[in-house]
Amino acid sequence: MAHGPAKGITRWLYTTNHKDIGSMYLWFSFTMFILGGIFALIIRAELFQPGLQIVEPNFFNQMTTMHGLVMVFGAVMPAFVGLANWMVPMMIGAPDMALPRMNNWSFWILPFAFAMLSSTLFMDGGAPNFGWTFYAPLSTTYAPPSVTFFIFAIHIMGASSIMGAINIIATILNMRAPGMTLMKMPLFVWTWLITAYLLILVMPVLAGVVTMMLMDIHFGTSFFNAAGGGDPVLFQHVFWFFGHPEVYIMILPAFGIISAIIPTFARKPLFGYASMVYATASIAFLSFIVWAHHMFTAGMPVAGELFFMYATMLIAVPTGVKVFNWAATMFRGSMTFETPMLFAIAFVILFTIGGFSGLMLAIAPADFQYHDTYFVVAHFHYVLVPGAIFSITAGVYYWLPKWCGKMYNETLGKTHFWLAFIGINVTFFPMHFSGLAGMPRRIPDYNMMFADWNMISSVGAFLFGAAQILFLYIVIATIVSGRKATDQVWENPEGLEWTVPSPAPYHTFSTPPEIK
Amino acid sequence: MLKKAHGLSPWLLAPAMLVGSYQALAEEVERWKYNMPVGVTPVSQDIQGLHMEMFWWCVGIGVVVFAIMLFSMIFHRKSRGVKPAHFHESTGLEIVWTAIPVLILILMAWPATKSLVRLYDTTEADMDVIITGFQWRWKYEYVGEDLSFFSSLSTPQDQINGLAPKGPHYLLEVDEPLVVPINQKIRFLITANDVIHAWWVPALGVKKDAIPGFIKESWALIKEPGIYRGQCAELCGKDHGFMPIVVEAKSEEDYRAWLEEKKAAAAALRELTAKTFTFDELYERGEAVYNKSCAACHGAAGEGIAGAFPALKGSAIAQGAIDKHIDVVVNGVPGTAMQAFGEQLSEVDIAAVVTYERNAWGNNMGDMTQPVDIYNHKQGN
Repeated sequence: MAHGPAKGITRWLYTTNHKDIGSMYLWFSFTMFILGGIFALIIRAELFQPGLQIVEPNFFNQMTTMHGLVMVFGAVMPAFVGLANWMVPMMIGAPDMALPRMNNWSFWILPFAFAMLSSTLFMDGGAPNFGWTFYAPLSTTYAPPSVTFFIFAIHIMGASSIMGAINIIATILNMRAPGMTLMKMPLFVWTWLITAYLLILVMPVLAGVVTMMLMDIHFGTSFFNAAGGGDPVLFQHVFWFFGHPEVYIMILPAFGIISAIIPTFARKPLFGYASMVYATASIAFLSFIVWAHHMFTAGMPVAGELFFMYATMLIAVPTGVKVFNWAATMFRGSMTFETPMLFAIAFVILFTIGGFSGLMLAIAPADFQYHDTYFVVAHFHYVLVPGAIFSITAGVYYWLPKWCGKMYNETLGKTHFWLAFIGINVTFFPMHFSGLAGMPRRIPDYNMMFADWNMISSVGAFLFGAAQILFLYIVIATIVSGRKATDQVWENPEGLEWTVPSPAPYHTFSTPPEIK
Repeated sequence: MLKKAHGLSPWLLAPAMLVGSYQALAEEVERWKYNMPVGVTPVSQDIQGLHMEMFWWCVGIGVVVFAIMLFSMIFHRKSRGVKPAHFHESTGLEIVWTAIPVLILILMAWPATKSLVRLYDTTEADMDVIITGFQWRWKYEYVGEDLSFFSSLSTPQDQINGLAPKGPHYLLEVDEPLVVPINQKIRFLITANDVIHAWWVPALGVKKDAIPGFIKESWALIKEPGIYRGQCAELCGKDHGFMPIVVEAKSEEDYRAWLEEKKAAAAALRELTAKTFTFDELYERGEAVYNKSCAACHGAAGEGIAGAFPALKGSAIAQGAIDKHIDVVVNGVPGTAMQAFGEQLSEVDIAAVVTYERNAWGNNMGDMTQPVDIYNHKQGN
């Protein structure tokens, strides 16, 4: 006998159903995306023209810090976990996640973590104001009192991520339908398996570094204080040992989503499946040996600089393989350009542009000029916004009909795409120029020579922000009143998720499917 | 009015018209700068060359990859009745597009390695300057010359708040620039007093983190006399955006002349320590010192910033024992953002600012202190 969800609020509080938890993760992520977006728009409003008009410098720093933290830990990571929750069991023919109760817990601690983090905005001394990279001693000796709340919020987010990762690994390794060998798994499952290992390896490092901060602040240790025998640069090494794999945590699942979408709309199998798997694994491995390229100007010995420069450049090889494979998948396909495909193609092109600036930044001598300028801001927003955000958006359009059984409005979807695409480029492309011209990042005011680029960036940012409101409307309108979607949704898409009805029943694959 | 000279279509500039005053402010500034400056040192020129080389490699690769994608998007569409091919693997192709990028990377890495090794060669310098980052100013110390001074932002607060028109070097101007000779290898020994800063002057190709407790090295050999501007590049707290760097490169003779003048001025200031000032002299000087060194945190009217920086107006320190007040200014408050100003300010300036703080904004203590008191305090008397 099939049984459905419980009624009322308890359905969401007590649920152990991967689809419910996936939905909650996605809605939570979107809420954080809007919150982080508001912080970004406050930054862009202040930078619209030279002079201090809207906020105080200290509050400006709180905004840059909170924008980064909320977007990284609140918007992008939970969105990918939400997609994994929804899709991984359906893609491997499993009835649910392997550890459903832990799944519930790993979601429900997140709202508390972010409530705690956001509450610092209303505390004496304000929210954390030391940047999302929270370099010591600015984040220890010189931090506002709210730093302790920040540290505990990070601990909770880390616990949530680690639990989510354990769950995904356990699910993928133990719950595949008979016949679903590792090398038959969809790439989204592969990329998430590798991402989950990255999470388990680096989130404890983040927990360690914030705990060291806690010790320095409250218990008189001197991990990051030279006067007590410590070293501020130690902080950076430990942070970036977490931080660099972290940025790949935010992009590897995106590779999986894109590798699902492009073949569907090119009506042609993914080119080089095996090499995609190996490339993902190589990128994951390399992510552990490149951390100090964030610290080229911190005064490492030349041998260290050279090692990290070469290792960083090497990342271009597996990443290039991925881009070439996607291009080869499109080549001689029979393409149509529905909204998910538009976002996917934009992903490939704009992510590649972000990759190019990444390659330039890898060149250590040149980094001496690029470092901590808007060129870097342009680079990582090009890989994160059209990278992570566009892939998540593409994934939502691609799978939404399967989730709710209804089709979104294609015209509105395409309108959303073009607004977002134009908005993003108008926002972030000029930042390359302001950075090269000499504008440092994280400053609330600037000389007039940077004024024109900043004004354009600000206009673009508000356009991009408006596009997300349209996105919210499209999703709600689809759920409420979209026309009925077919079970297949698209034309012969590959994957087990398309073999179940739309909307996907509350419990899928209670008996494992047959894998050919 | 829109400027035609930019060679850009007017719609790009249209947002600029939203703010009438904006155009007038920016008349004297070179606008729409979009590339890394070539600079005036061998290192900066090297870096600029590498940057352009990398850029063109990226453009080349991008053109090829995007052209293939664009071609597919135009010609391999379902709407053109194309039937999809079924190929999905080619080991040969995979090897090709792994090997070619590796070769390109080697071509990129070779000149980068050479530049980096050159850039790291700080040996055989002709002179040394110790640069120390403070929240939020720089200190320059000429090694072997018995000369050191602080360099702070000189843009008036009114320009920042939009109450006065902005000058061409808005936020990129200081009271005391770092003056150096051309054609000499200058070694910078860079450190910080509080948090991490980064000393960056694009035209010199020098960016180095200033890390408290450690000394990092960099160098420059400036070929042309001129004024080169830069900024702190590492987030260092509230006024990170307001601690610019100005380097003035002079000919050897001009530099020597400047050095002598500067030393004489420093000696004259030291002499003043013995002088007895009137209250009005101290109050007036103190106001200037306060606005330059204290107002960033404690507020122009001593109001502070709630939760972050204490108010001085009506504070227990400014209205308490004068010895304690002097001690806080000279030695700072450990574990807080209150720095030790004993090194940063002269005895005269400390006496003046303490006197000012005790009598401004209604504090009205009516007392004062002389430079010699500060001197004695520093000596522990």
